[in-house]
Amino acid sequence: MSEHVPSTAQASQAERAAAQETLRHSVTTEAPWVRGVTLAIALAFLGLFLILPLVTVFLEAFKRGVGVYLSAFAEPDAQHAIKLTLLVAAIAVPLNLVFGVAASWAIAKFRFPGKSFLVTLIDLPFSVSPVVSGLVFVLLFGAQGYFGSFLKEHNIQIIFALPGIVIATVFVTFPFVARELIPLMQEQGNTDEEAALSLGASGFTAFLTVTLPNIRWALLYGVLLCNARAMGEFGAVAVVSGHIRGVTNTMPLHIEILYNEYNITAAFAVASLLAFLALLTLAAKSFLEWRFGHALAGRGGHGGH
Amino acid sequence: MSLSRFPAPSVIPGFGFAFGYTILYLGLIVLIPLGGLILRASDIGLAGLWAVATNERVAAALKLSFGTSALAATFSAVFGLVIAWVLTRYRFPGRRLLDAAVDLPFALPTAVAGIALSAIYAQNGVIGSLFAPYGIRIAYTPIGIFIALVFVSIPFTVRMVQPLIAEIDRELEEASATLGARRGQTVWRVLLPPLIPAILTGLALAFARAVGEYGSVIFIAGNLPYVSEIAPLLIVIKLEEFDYTGATAIATVMLMISFSVLLLINLIQAWSRKRFGYV
Repeated sequence: MSEHVPSTAQASQAERAAAQETLRHSVTTEAPWVRGVTLAIALAFLGLFLILPLVTVFLEAFKRGVGVYLSAFAEPDAQHAIKLTLLVAAIAVPLNLVFGVAASWAIAKFRFPGKSFLVTLIDLPFSVSPVVSGLVFVLLFGAQGYFGSFLKEHNIQIIFALPGIVIATVFVTFPFVARELIPLMQEQGNTDEEAALSLGASGFTAFLTVTLPNIRWALLYGVLLCNARAMGEFGAVAVVSGHIRGVTNTMPLHIEILYNEYNITAAFAVASLLAFLALLTLAAKSFLEWRFGHALAGRGGHGGH
Repeated sequence: MSLSRFPAPSVIPGFGFAFGYTILYLGLIVLIPLGGLILRASDIGLAGLWAVATNERVAAALKLSFGTSALAATFSAVFGLVIAWVLTRYRFPGRRLLDAAVDLPFALPTAVAGIALSAIYAQNGVIGSLFAPYGIRIAYTPIGIFIALVFVSIPFTVRMVQPLIAEIDRELEEASATLGARRGQTVWRVLLPPLIPAILTGLALAFARAVGEYGSVIFIAGNLPYVSEIAPLLIVIKLEEFDYTGATAIATVMLMISFSVLLLINLIQAWSRKRFGYV
């Protein structure tokens, strides 16, 4: 396109510039140099704050070779931490999965007063600091907690043991599945289930053969996010676990111990496993959004609304 | 249910079980534990809470936490807006990948982010070493805390604003241009105002998250009392000293401020519904 714009003696400098600009590009976008600068700012910011930390994890982990990297996992403490993390997630995620389905069934399929208040309560754990999420269980089950002396009498250990870690993890991952399902099921309405029931299906059959297929991708999506947080939770678990090496250390806590002992490479090696899990989660999330975007509702951040 | 109108009549079965289970589970996992905290806080009383909150070390930690969180959330909101615009409006190779990467702070465990950031900004780190010759230290100072909080708060504004930018009616921009507005004026006076409620909501959510953030901060913070000790860390320290009262008091003050922020979000959204007709 020609750079030359016919000008009259009366046309002001500004008008000429505006006309030129209009000729070069559409009115619904910025001038090329503005686009370039904006893009550069966005890329620099994302590169500096997101990509660099991610790359650093893997670079530091493999800094001293694959042998040193692998030796970090030969440690019995590391192996125990990995097993404990998997175990905690294996308990916490199904619990919140069942809750998410039950809550979304009650909230999306029925009309009752106080519903939006209930939804707010379900989202509550997202707005509580992880440290406070751990604290509330110490206040209940700790040595000086409300049930402390009862638990001691009956020789039940919750804080500084597996049950405490599980319950703190359940708390911080509480809303993930429910908040993916509720908006989707509200959108889908009741007509499919009503049709199944009118054809003689039992409520349970209608749920299994009609509702579940309708919500399966959102369900998977919620479970993925729930699992990533369950395996990566640090603050809440740090408060209730007591950092007993080889006993109550999950992977994130093991990373902290290694790092504080200046065993930097090993710390990053264990961290690289969790970073890899995070990448898998993001990849699966992007795939689900791209492939089944229509079967997921309320796209947006999951930090609360 | 025994109440005749609760829920509204429906042919769908299973309300009793689903609702009952929801309330039971919510009560056991969330409400009773949080209630325990409130109960203990009420034992301490307002005067007691005030005494803890105004204790010099606690006040310094609260000020640092809320101050750096406000700065980081604002910083992320400004850049988040630019990122949302670029990801929605511009086409360039790698766009989808970057769009997915925005969620990284949600997916990456905080401890992993914490050690990575502290390695980068330490004096011998990739970026820390650039500033070290000028006597500027980033890691183990409040600047390091700011960096970690920027990391955790990036996705909030981007994800709040992105869907709104995608829905902007191009005719609006064309009309604005037809009426003689330059591109800058169109962006500033036509496109930006309807985004403000979403930007503010994202900012408030990011702030609430940043105030409570623990894992990604403690590795880079230095954790020096009065200087670089955040409020959540002080809770952990009090707990390790078995000072349940102190820990509860700090937690209560933090919760009260966080819930005020959530209330503010709801007010912004109510105002937005009235002003723009959507959230």
